[in-house]
Amino acid sequence: MSTTATFRIWRGDGKGGAFKDYSTAVSEGMVVLDAVHQIQAELANDLAVRWNCKAGKCGSCSAEVNGHPRLMCMTRLNELDLSEPVTVEPMRSFPPLRDLVTDVSWNFRAKLAIAPFKPRPPDAADGTWRMAQADVERVQEFRKCIECFLCQDVCHVLREHQMFDQFIGPRLLVYTAAVEMHPLDTANRVPQLKAEHGVGFCNITKCCTKVCPESITITDNAIIPLKERVIDQLYDPVAKLFRLIRRRDSAG
Amino acid sequence: MAEYETFTHDVLVIGAGGAGLRAAIEASAAGVSVGLVCKSLLGKAHTVMAEGGIAAALANVDDRDNWKVHFADTMRGGQYVNNWRMAELHAKEAPDRVRELEAWGAMFDRTADGRILQRNFGGHRYPRLAHVGDRTGLEMIRTLQDHGIHRGVDVHMECTIVRLLRDGDRVVGAFGYERERGRFRLFRAGAVVLATGGIGRAFKITSNSWEYTGDGHTLAYDAGAELMDMEFVQFHPTGMVWPPSVRGILVTEGVRGEGGVLRNREGRRFMFDDIPEPYRAQTADNEEEGWRYTQGDKTARRPPELLTRDHVSRCIVRELKAGRGSEHGGVYLDISWITERLPNAAEHIKKKLPSMYHQFKQLADIDITKEPMEVGPTTHYIMGGVRVNGDTQMSTVPGLFAAGECAAGINGANRLGGNSLSDLLVFGKRAGEHAATFARANKPGAIDASQVDEAARQAVEPFGRGPEGEGPYQVQYALQAMMQDLVGIVRNEDEMQRALAGLTELGARARRVGVGGHREYNPGWHAALDLHNLMTVATAVTRSALERRESRGGHFREDYPDKSAAFGSVNVVVRKEPDGGMAVSRAAIPEMPQELKRIIEEMK
Repeated sequence: MSTTATFRIWRGDGKGGAFKDYSTAVSEGMVVLDAVHQIQAELANDLAVRWNCKAGKCGSCSAEVNGHPRLMCMTRLNELDLSEPVTVEPMRSFPPLRDLVTDVSWNFRAKLAIAPFKPRPPDAADGTWRMAQADVERVQEFRKCIECFLCQDVCHVLREHQMFDQFIGPRLLVYTAAVEMHPLDTANRVPQLKAEHGVGFCNITKCCTKVCPESITITDNAIIPLKERVIDQLYDPVAKLFRLIRRRDSAG
Repeated sequence: MAEYETFTHDVLVIGAGGAGLRAAIEASAAGVSVGLVCKSLLGKAHTVMAEGGIAAALANVDDRDNWKVHFADTMRGGQYVNNWRMAELHAKEAPDRVRELEAWGAMFDRTADGRILQRNFGGHRYPRLAHVGDRTGLEMIRTLQDHGIHRGVDVHMECTIVRLLRDGDRVVGAFGYERERGRFRLFRAGAVVLATGGIGRAFKITSNSWEYTGDGHTLAYDAGAELMDMEFVQFHPTGMVWPPSVRGILVTEGVRGEGGVLRNREGRRFMFDDIPEPYRAQTADNEEEGWRYTQGDKTARRPPELLTRDHVSRCIVRELKAGRGSEHGGVYLDISWITERLPNAAEHIKKKLPSMYHQFKQLADIDITKEPMEVGPTTHYIMGGVRVNGDTQMSTVPGLFAAGECAAGINGANRLGGNSLSDLLVFGKRAGEHAATFARANKPGAIDASQVDEAARQAVEPFGRGPEGEGPYQVQYALQAMMQDLVGIVRNEDEMQRALAGLTELGARARRVGVGGHREYNPGWHAALDLHNLMTVATAVTRSALERRESRGGHFREDYPDKSAAFGSVNVVVRKEPDGGMAVSRAAIPEMPQELKRIIEEMK
């Protein structure tokens, strides 16, 4: 059985744009990305959209569907009210390039500034390490991230306040957590987290956790423990006292 | 004269999946400047979709495993037309490549004593696949990506190469466009590594994304390199079949590795009905033994669901043709039955196969811990590709290297699951290393402006015809439907001749395709340019499949259903003639050294 639905798709570029309505046939099991592809093939060859795997694994087709940040490939049409036009627009936190495609290059640049993984010397003579499954699992949660950047899109620090130069956003905090909590890692990213990467700007509204298509518990499992590390290392009153005394000594 | 921006690198790597990233890392480590071109954003390449694991004889789970067993398994799986040197190097070097990933931050699942855990997979004698649940590819690409970005590699994201540039015989650069603004880019390079993956988009039902249009195959072919084994296309037995919009999306072999079974609509485990002779001694002949194997019993033999992919696909087609298929034209793949065997089976399944659980739940409303999945064959991989030297990965054109899926050799007539990710690592590394050596040893070549102008002129032709021309997607769909029908899992002379005639017709249509709009991020334009590649690889597959008058591995001909000894000693090779025609020939497989022959005999 096939019916028709209307998709109100944002068309435009960095200079501006507008929604345009397209009607297309829909059938059982279709996702928003299928409808966009159909429109692209039949009505608008030049409709710009990113996609790759079409199975929720690559994180390319992020957009805002009826105002909600979603992967288009994992948004079934039967979850939506098709009696009204379905709006599809690009992620609004990033500069628009064209139609549904945004400039997400900031995420790649910002990641470069995070100190990379640095393992301890191997545990065994053959150059390998030993890790318990339980220790691995904690970090594996963070490594599920498909870099769709929907968490960056929804984070108000980035979306409303545009603090891209002071705050790395939930995705990159998850990345930091993955390397920082890696059982073999020896680098210390805590001063960096506080100063350049702005972990303190997160005020735990958990919007990122809600939109994560991989169900990563971003705020509770990644960001809060990182905040705790910052407090432990940089705000612990006893440690602070020691630092103060040491500074006085060296000054005297 | 064409307008373009120029970039200069010692080594240019085209493609940023596992092979391309590994090549770029290695070339960079050799101290040369490296450019890495990716068709999409970094980290989105098809490697991300790989689920099952990386095959490497680490022997962490079963100490009987070693490179010799892996080598013999790979050759058996490839039906002995593999490049044996590559199969040997691959088996020997894969363990080091996996351990290296761990040193770069990858977190594989662990054994009880804290080492890398390994799982069972089709065609592998022992549990051999290092894995992370069912998202090993994501772990691998992210590890390489996050390591690679700190190695001084210049990444060109969302950039597509349309032509390799030559100075005499040698490849000295590449020409393409970036998607964002649609501007041309010229890359001068001492050596070029192709790592562009496969050709899955030449077929209608496929697990591959829009990128897999045979770009590297076509770039190499157009530059004069030979392609080999193009008739060997792997149809993975388990793709989703319902709902229609997800048809073809991969269901990992890991489901069967964890105890999943295939049944027809009558509930029969049909894989027991047809176990090929070379595998009989190592395959279970009853359900009980098969189950014990999946649970790690070393005395048990593996269940027939874990036979090689080509065979399982054909068994499924046989069930479908006999009218014993499932409701929506597939067969049933059931992992939920293990609730009879294991306490907490539902949790176990979610933990071992999290993305499969997620994928079926979200896309098909199926809870795989409670009910069976419906699956059918899907175009997954091409064993064939650029013909390369097994040690250096250099093609028959100087300065041009290839690694990963777009190179031929390691897999022969059929690839074993898990051997792809290890192939990317082993030969990505080798390609990067030897490309760097080549670039150092040879002076930069000259760029021929006429080649650049010609490529630029052809690239904008679809705009000249405008939206009045035929739409690119319609031609692409017609090509995919035809290849699926006429050059698919079961082939014959008559249908393939019709496909050749159809390709000539489609070629004419492709030349009339027009697009509207402008050059900024215009997918219609990109699809129009990819058509040349799809046409080239579709023709190579069809011509090679016509040439191989026998059935072997992924290539099955109902008019020649048996293996032939004559074809067992040759590879089919295609090359572009000076007049633009495609020359097809047979190349004798070099004699295997005694030592390797002995290993194969011992492992029989």
